[in-house]
Amino acid sequence: MNGLPILTLLTVLPVLGAVIALVAGRHARSVALLTTLCGLALALVVWTKLPIDGSIGLVERAAWAPSLGIEYHLGVDALGALMLVLSAIVTLLSVDAADHVHRQPNLYFGLVLLLEAGLFGSFTALNFFHWFLFWELSLIPAFFLIKLWGGAKRGPAATQFFVYTMAGSVALLLAFLAVFLSTGNMDFIQLAAMASSGQLEQMVTAHLGPVMMWLAIGALAGFAVKVPLAPFHTWLPAAYSEAPSPVTMLLTGAMSKMGVYGLLRIAVPLFGHQIAQLRTPLLALAVLTIVMGAWAAAAQKDLKRVFAYSSVNHLGYCLLGIFALAVPAAGAAEQTSQAAALNGVILQMFNHGITAAALFWFVAMLQERTGGERGINDFGGLRKPAPVFAGLMGIVLFSSLGLPGLNGFVGEFLIFRGVFPLSWVAATVSILGLLVTAAVILTVIQKVFAGPVPERWASFPDMYGKERLAMAPVIGLMLLLGLVPQLIVDSVNPTVVNLLAHWRF
Amino acid sequence: MNFADLFRATLPETALEIAALVVLVVDLGFLRKAALNLRVAVAALLGVAGCAAALWMLPFQGLGFVYSGTGELLLASGGSSAVAQIGILLLTALTLLLLADSTFTRHVGEYVAVVLMAAAGGLLISAAQDLLVIFIGLELLSLGLYILTAFAKKSGRSAEAAMKYYLFGGMSAAFLLFGFSYLYGIAGSTNLHQIMLAMYEWNAFRAAPLLYVSLVMIAAGLGFKVAAVPFHLWAPDTYEGAPAPAAAFIASVSKVASFALLISISTAAMHVFGGLNAMVTFEVHSGAVATQNYLGFAVSWSMILAVLPVASMVLGNLAALAQVSVRRLLAYSAIAHAGYMLLGLAYFSYTPRSAEAILYYVLTYGLTTVGAFGVVGVVERATGSDRLDAFLGLHKRNPLLAVVLLVLFLSLAGIPPLVGFWAKFNLFAAVLQVYPTGAGLGLVVLAVGMSAVSLYYYLQVLKRAYVMSAVDDTPIAVHPVTLAVLLLVATGAVLLGCFPALLQGWIAGFYPGL
Amino acid sequence: MLAWTIYLSFAGALAQALLPKGKPSLSRWLALIVALAGLALAVAGFAAGIPNHFARVIIVDVPWVSSMGIHYLLAADGISLVLVLLTGLAAVAGVLFSWNIELRTNEFFAFYLALIGGVYGVFLSFDLFLLFVFYEIAIVPKYFLIAIWGSTRREYGAMKLALYSFVGSAMVLVGLLAAYATSGSHSTGLVDLAHAGLPVSFQMWVFPLVFTGFAILAGMWPFHTWAPTGHVAAPTAASMLLAGVVMKLGAYGCLRVAISLFPHGMDPWGFSFLGVGSWRDVFAVLAVIGIVYGALVALAQTDFKFVIGYSSVSHMGFVLLGLMTLNQIGMTGAVLQMFSHGVIAGLLFAIVGRIVYERTHTRQLAELETMHLSKRLPFAAWAFVIAGMASMGLPGFSGFVAELQVLVGSWVAKPGWTIAAGVGIVVGVAYTWRALQKAFFSDAPPSAHMHEHGHELAAITVPEVAGVALLVAATLIVGLYPRILLEAIEPAVKTLLAGGGR
Repeated sequence: MNGLPILTLLTVLPVLGAVIALVAGRHARSVALLTTLCGLALALVVWTKLPIDGSIGLVERAAWAPSLGIEYHLGVDALGALMLVLSAIVTLLSVDAADHVHRQPNLYFGLVLLLEAGLFGSFTALNFFHWFLFWELSLIPAFFLIKLWGGAKRGPAATQFFVYTMAGSVALLLAFLAVFLSTGNMDFIQLAAMASSGQLEQMVTAHLGPVMMWLAIGALAGFAVKVPLAPFHTWLPAAYSEAPSPVTMLLTGAMSKMGVYGLLRIAVPLFGHQIAQLRTPLLALAVLTIVMGAWAAAAQKDLKRVFAYSSVNHLGYCLLGIFALAVPAAGAAEQTSQAAALNGVILQMFNHGITAAALFWFVAMLQERTGGERGINDFGGLRKPAPVFAGLMGIVLFSSLGLPGLNGFVGEFLIFRGVFPLSWVAATVSILGLLVTAAVILTVIQKVFAGPVPERWASFPDMYGKERLAMAPVIGLMLLLGLVPQLIVDSVNPTVVNLLAHWRF
Repeated sequence: MNFADLFRATLPETALEIAALVVLVVDLGFLRKAALNLRVAVAALLGVAGCAAALWMLPFQGLGFVYSGTGELLLASGGSSAVAQIGILLLTALTLLLLADSTFTRHVGEYVAVVLMAAAGGLLISAAQDLLVIFIGLELLSLGLYILTAFAKKSGRSAEAAMKYYLFGGMSAAFLLFGFSYLYGIAGSTNLHQIMLAMYEWNAFRAAPLLYVSLVMIAAGLGFKVAAVPFHLWAPDTYEGAPAPAAAFIASVSKVASFALLISISTAAMHVFGGLNAMVTFEVHSGAVATQNYLGFAVSWSMILAVLPVASMVLGNLAALAQVSVRRLLAYSAIAHAGYMLLGLAYFSYTPRSAEAILYYVLTYGLTTVGAFGVVGVVERATGSDRLDAFLGLHKRNPLLAVVLLVLFLSLAGIPPLVGFWAKFNLFAAVLQVYPTGAGLGLVVLAVGMSAVSLYYYLQVLKRAYVMSAVDDTPIAVHPVTLAVLLLVATGAVLLGCFPALLQGWIAGFYPGL
Repeated sequence: MLAWTIYLSFAGALAQALLPKGKPSLSRWLALIVALAGLALAVAGFAAGIPNHFARVIIVDVPWVSSMGIHYLLAADGISLVLVLLTGLAAVAGVLFSWNIELRTNEFFAFYLALIGGVYGVFLSFDLFLLFVFYEIAIVPKYFLIAIWGSTRREYGAMKLALYSFVGSAMVLVGLLAAYATSGSHSTGLVDLAHAGLPVSFQMWVFPLVFTGFAILAGMWPFHTWAPTGHVAAPTAASMLLAGVVMKLGAYGCLRVAISLFPHGMDPWGFSFLGVGSWRDVFAVLAVIGIVYGALVALAQTDFKFVIGYSSVSHMGFVLLGLMTLNQIGMTGAVLQMFSHGVIAGLLFAIVGRIVYERTHTRQLAELETMHLSKRLPFAAWAFVIAGMASMGLPGFSGFVAELQVLVGSWVAKPGWTIAAGVGIVVGVAYTWRALQKAFFSDAPPSAHMHEHGHELAAITVPEVAGVALLVAATLIVGLYPRILLEAIEPAVKTLLAGGGR
């Protein structure tokens, strides 16, 4: 570890960028682009500096408010670093996509950068206070981005989004408060160590009585809303469809990962035993999320809502993987399955982030070209006037579908590889979701790109050079990760092993 | 009886009487044709000079007592009497100075002379130790006050107020005399200390009903003087009808004198038994017959004095809430303030604290109330009314006057760091030192609560002066002397409040004189 | 040195009163200079406390009324220093937000500075009598500030406030007199009285009396009703001070007088009724009711300022609850919450009363809804977003740390309180959010009214920006680095708990 507090820098950078963007007026977007580029560079630096053994590296600590167990404690392992890279990429894409913000661009980009700061902060924090600060911080800009720049029904959508997430946060906060009251500690690492030795449960039970299960439920509720897990997902379609598309990219690409990350960093390490006890109902909910998400996507007429529900479906696989691996006293074979599932989950987080962001970007382009139309039946035969557009969006759609050779496949494959031996029922039912998703995506491709070209879209413009240039690296990344998943898996696997070794179910 | 001693003891009174005569002679003899302004100035200045002379002569009274032929105490000097006398003289001088520029009468000389004579009566009763001297002093004072009330001859209200005051006063004097005669009949002496001793030696239980009758009569007479409920009926009318300087005199000087008298009586009661504390020893000395006999007197006296303050505080404060005339408001507030002071008397202990506290209260109250009537007088002359609405926009019409009003009314309400707060604190602390639980505490709670109520009506006046917009914002002119007096009073209220130890230390320094 | 905060403010008030009329800008600058000097002294005093770890320092100690053992005793421990700092901040911000006062400017600032002087005095007094004197000094200017320069039903609000305060202080006065008479120590020094060994039976009745007396000013339910009406009626600076520091006077009195002088008043009665077995339980329950009730009522208000007024009741409930935990962390949280609420409430009132109301001339949420203020007054909107987040107790702002400590402390004392208070927090989020949505970010169609009154609202002025920046900086600094104040508060609370005989 070198002397440079790189994680702090990473968090401070977007905040500074936000302040500059706020005063930059028309040049806010350039400021934001520059900031997010620097952010991406720094995140990549972090990725290269990870410890090889999968433990937490780049640690920074300083006293903060000792009487409350609050410490300034930062650090990342491969999971955190991957999320940093993902956040950086998604924010960059989002800024790139948002070239049509005419109203108060300085405020818009200021908020986007603040949101990025929230993401960076929560993916690096190892103390509850610090983490919660950024968790909440990310919520505020997201709310205003929907509220101020969203579509026709933005008001209720924003409020619903905020209220749901806030309610989840309160449940989470109360659970953590109880943990803190029992242990006097807010440090994730120390609490995880206490949990894996069973000490945490003893202390909580001694202090507050048999409430550990309730605490686990509280913590799960907080994350479940964010991911989301059915039936806590109802805020999502409205928010995703009403938000401007670049913001939806952020919401689905990065913010939903905060929930999954929270499960992996907080809920499972601390409440692994309780999650294992709740495994069956949780698995049922995860399966419900997957299947329901897929079916609901099939029923939508609005492209954004289609992709919103398919996001629910895709994140359902992450939840499926996480809940499935909560098996007490796993044998050697089961451990392999667990590792596979967890690897899959982490990969899926990253891949879904990239893919979903790219998908919504294409929706943004569609809307831009058609004056805001995005109904699934509004188009047709677009591959003729815009072959490049159709081709690239097709790649992204196939990635979302999970076509082998593209990035989407690897994560889902590993998850199913891991889940099947652990819970074949859940896996089998989930396959149904996989199939329906495929049907949905193919329907989208068919309705939008195939068939006769309606009169009005005859002169549909193809992708401009600038857009191709921006999209090329993303598509490249998708192909690269589809073909060479080791790029990530090699770094993630030690962390997976390390995490699994410390978890107690 | 040594008449030289007597003369020496009454030097200040004599000085006042001479000044009164000089004023009459000068005014009637030399200034008949002069302008009213000049006559007022000369008369007031002569009056003030008389007060100054009396003040100067106070130390020549000699420390000690004047005895009548039988060796009984007639007049006391020094101690609380001296404090009260100094207070009376200073307050008289201030009320005389308020006369500047006033036009309610052309008979200035007579007015000043009556004021000085009444003040002489006040001096007399604050020193009196004998029933007869008390009665003479009281009558001297009262007659003066009746005349002063009626002095605005052109005003019907003035005459009506004087008539009411006179009738009530005459009746109360009769009661007092009746009570005194019973007391004399029981004790065989007119000297306060002899009466107390007689009570001590003589089994009062046999005569208890008679004693009670006499005590009730006396309480009625004295209660009238301090305007305690239920003997307060004259006060609102008199305060409303009397010319402002006369009302100021009634509200301040006569209050001081009356409370000085009450202190003398209570002190005499305590003095006989040295340090014994009447209220506390009530149950303790059940074995000692003599003590019981004495206590028969002290307890009933205290009982009566405890009923009066409760009634006065409650009724005075609540009635003041409903007033629209500032003078009547001040009258009811005076009733309430009398209640607080009577509370101090009811729990009178032989520690110097109680006497000090009451004296402190009555002096500072007198000071503030003189100022308050001064302001009311000025406003009244400018607007022709003493209604609350006459004070509208005072802060615009005369900022200084408004500031004086602010300071004085807040002091009356008992807001620190003004003197009224310290007076209350001191008084209540003295009460609680005698009886920190039970009835004592209950009464203090009532008093403190009532003073919270009082803030409401004082604020009603201040609200008009500062908050509500003026109907008429022509400036109000104030005679420089009046303004100087008012500023002096207001400064006094602030300074004495910020440095309470000054006046308190001075009073305490006098007290051991007895 | 700290004593000069008091003298300077009173001297400033006197100077304002003597200033010639019709020179408002002179008055403003004078007031600003006095307030800034006070803040500078407060900061310097705070900084001077760091080397000796905020031990109690006696500033002035001279006999005042020696016959009664009353001393003019000014001293400062960590709690005092924190609150003096708060007063300094609130004073400066208040002047900045009063910059537009044109009516009787010099009188306004005279009353204003007199109030500030009284507040400084209370926080620095270590003699009970002196404390009471300063406490009362602060009441009267409040009345005039509201009655003369206020708005909605100002005379009613002002009178109600003055009478409530005065009744409260009457209760305190009775307690003060009784304690003085009972102790027999012939001293009114706080330390002397605390060591006078007052009988338990005495403390049992005097504690609730004095506590209630002070708590009235702290807005304790059910004696809180002066607070919303008073806040609504008051001019902006006055409601900032009212919520910012005057309510703290009450809480401070509860802590410094009631709890530290009469600790045995909180002993169990020996029986319990509905789970309430001591005065401590009684007041804690009232505090919790205040938290929840204030929040629920705030949720139902149609007047923007009433929302903030009731939110103050709710937030002050946390202070009282923290005090009643009687443990280190809860009481530390209570003091921190005093600071935090002082800053945040000041900010909220400044935005609602000054920045918004002075431009729109309405505080009705229904009317504000049609004005689209987020577009027309973006500065106000975003300032309110920040203030609202702070008020909700989001992490990163001072309120979070404070309320967290109070909750932790109350959990240790009695978990039921914590759960109820947690409900209050949730409702708190809801009402803040509702107000924010309705007032600034509503999509309601513009009304005819708005068209009539034109589109241009006056531009945001420099003093407004400065005031907002000052308060936002304060809540952020404390929120992100709470140790800066906790290090001052903790030893003082420790001493207080140890000296309180518990």
